[in-house]
Amino acid sequence: MSCNDSLHFQYVVSKDDFTHAGSASSDVKNKLKKMNVDASAVRKVSIAMYEGEINMIIHAYGGTIDVDIYEDRIVMCLKDTGPGIANIEEAMQEGFSTAPADVINLGFGAGMGLPNMRANSDEFNIESEVGVGTTVTMTIYFT
Amino acid sequence: MKLGDIKDLLHASVLTNCCDLDMDVDSAFCSDMMSNVLAYANDKSILITGLYNAQVLRTADMMGMACVVFIGRRDPDPEIIELANELEICVMLTRSSMFTTCGLLFYNGLNGGVPSELQR
Repeated sequence: MSCNDSLHFQYVVSKDDFTHAGSASSDVKNKLKKMNVDASAVRKVSIAMYEGEINMIIHAYGGTIDVDIYEDRIVMCLKDTGPGIANIEEAMQEGFSTAPADVINLGFGAGMGLPNMRANSDEFNIESEVGVGTTVTMTIYFT
Repeated sequence: MKLGDIKDLLHASVLTNCCDLDMDVDSAFCSDMMSNVLAYANDKSILITGLYNAQVLRTADMMGMACVVFIGRRDPDPEIIELANELEICVMLTRSSMFTTCGLLFYNGLNGGVPSELQR
């Protein structure tokens, strides 16, 4: 694999499919382990992608995750189909949550998702438009 | 502490096929909020929880945790155990309360393994 080549994978995340939430992240984790990627990097990727996958199910209407694995890094692009985030700065604060009670009863919605995704990423970008959707791009380097 | 010691201390039953009772763990994290587990737990911890759903196993898998201890009076659904076997995570069930479970493990040497920012 040359510097600019990547292995590309796409996952479709379905709205409200809580039972299968995390299966895409598990698949990426297993792929990285088979590629002998450093264990701490695998852990960061797993946590960041899983948080994103959960967000797409509990807050959004589902979407797609595009994963590109390069020799030295992984780039994950999570694109959902709405409802979008009105105030990104507020949403990035630990503890800020709009999750309903039923989501909290499932163990999520503590307002830790986006901050944890950023904390586990080497590069993090979020763009959102109300009524359209949110796109989060995370890059993690293999040390 | 070995998983076998944890099983004995808690009078727990092992529900999965894939439990290495000789495996050493150094800490435990107890929460029903998977958000907090994902943010704060160590990979060498076991997870103690009263929440029964598939995402508990997914969370443990992402964190690299080898064992989940369920607290409660009822058995987890077979689908949860099936997923745990697939992910090769040891699942135990204890009838002890959450308080007693954590107290017993702490008293016998398992620490919290909590990141320093939470201990301030």
